[in-house]
Amino acid sequence: MVAIALSPEQVLEWLSDVADPEIPVLTIADLGIIRGVRVEDEVIVELTPTYSGCPATEVIEKSVVDALYKQGIENVRIERVLSPAWTTDWISEEGRKKLREYGIAPPAEGGSKRELLHGSRSIACPRCDSTDTSVVSEFGSTACKASYKCNSCLEPFEYFKCI
Amino acid sequence: MNQDKALLAYVTRLGDNALVLSQRMVELVAAMPELEEELANANFALDYIGQARMFYSYAGELEGKGRSEDDFAFLRDENEFRNVLLLELPNGHFGDLVARLVLFDVFYLAQLEALADCTDERVREIAARAEKEIRYHLRHNTQWLVRLGDGTAESHERTQDSIKALWTYTGELFAPDEIDNVFEAEFDGPDLHTIYQRWKEQVGAILAEATLDLPEDGHMQSGGKAGRHTEHFGYMIAEMQYLQRTHPGASW
Repeated sequence: MVAIALSPEQVLEWLSDVADPEIPVLTIADLGIIRGVRVEDEVIVELTPTYSGCPATEVIEKSVVDALYKQGIENVRIERVLSPAWTTDWISEEGRKKLREYGIAPPAEGGSKRELLHGSRSIACPRCDSTDTSVVSEFGSTACKASYKCNSCLEPFEYFKCI
Repeated sequence: MNQDKALLAYVTRLGDNALVLSQRMVELVAAMPELEEELANANFALDYIGQARMFYSYAGELEGKGRSEDDFAFLRDENEFRNVLLLELPNGHFGDLVARLVLFDVFYLAQLEALADCTDERVREIAARAEKEIRYHLRHNTQWLVRLGDGTAESHERTQDSIKALWTYTGELFAPDEIDNVFEAEFDGPDLHTIYQRWKEQVGAILAEATLDLPEDGHMQSGGKAGRHTEHFGYMIAEMQYLQRTHPGASW
């Protein structure tokens, strides 16, 4: 049963600590993938997938259902919203800070078409802030990351790609 | 052909292209020549699978017979798949892979950009999502094509052969059939002639940078868009569908 007094804000708060399964320091709120909550005769959570084939999408949907179940809400429906397509620009300031502290360089803002075709501007090392860095591999442990190294502090790090 | 039928056929074909290409790439998982390419190949294949799933889910809804994305992928026969032949050819060597991806993705990116402005809302949404992914693929694969073409004498020669061999399969991308025509007219879909002009120009520029010759247009292979496939295709889907055909409904 959905309590009559349930507000979308309350639901959002309950969802605020649902973690991304691949980058657990980030919450799904930090990622900007919760597109809306509607409370009707069921609770509808609108989520947007990051990449088309992102295997985390289904895990995240299940985590959302579980998190609300713990609050006693049993009838939850997930709606996938595709448009407008998710962009890394929607990662919050808080999310970017957490990424840096976790050792992942946050995506440069303004994920433009040009950047996707021609590559990124200089990326700052999340450990020492030096921009003297180079790409090791355009690909990393997940579809959303590339592998870099810092030429100043010599540490390897991951970069969250702009999309 | 009425509007609804054309939309269903068009969306299914988009799913078929994405799925067949991803299946070929999946065959190479754990077999790529170096680690970075291993990750690239697997990540790209995943993008195509994700796109196929979105197209097939939508096709299932349009059809209205309760078929799921899995039914489209695993329970259709060879002649029901309407992918272009270019994507079903066996993988060949690394130069062949790169050449196929560049030739197809330059087309696919232009197609998706056009679809992002069509009048069907769902197709527009999926296309806008997929377009960003293909842009990234194309950047990576273009770099490889230039590196191979403008590399050693051997890499140059072998990549030139790849381009030549695949060229005869590119005509089908741009040859409109009834489905393309109805989709273009009724849904403000891609104009294949315009896309061809742009493709030729872009591919020409990439090949020039790679010091590779642009092949002459001659006889072009076709048939995939109408369900007539190469000999290789049956073997490919036999492997892809084996589990669902042998253990119907198996899941984990």
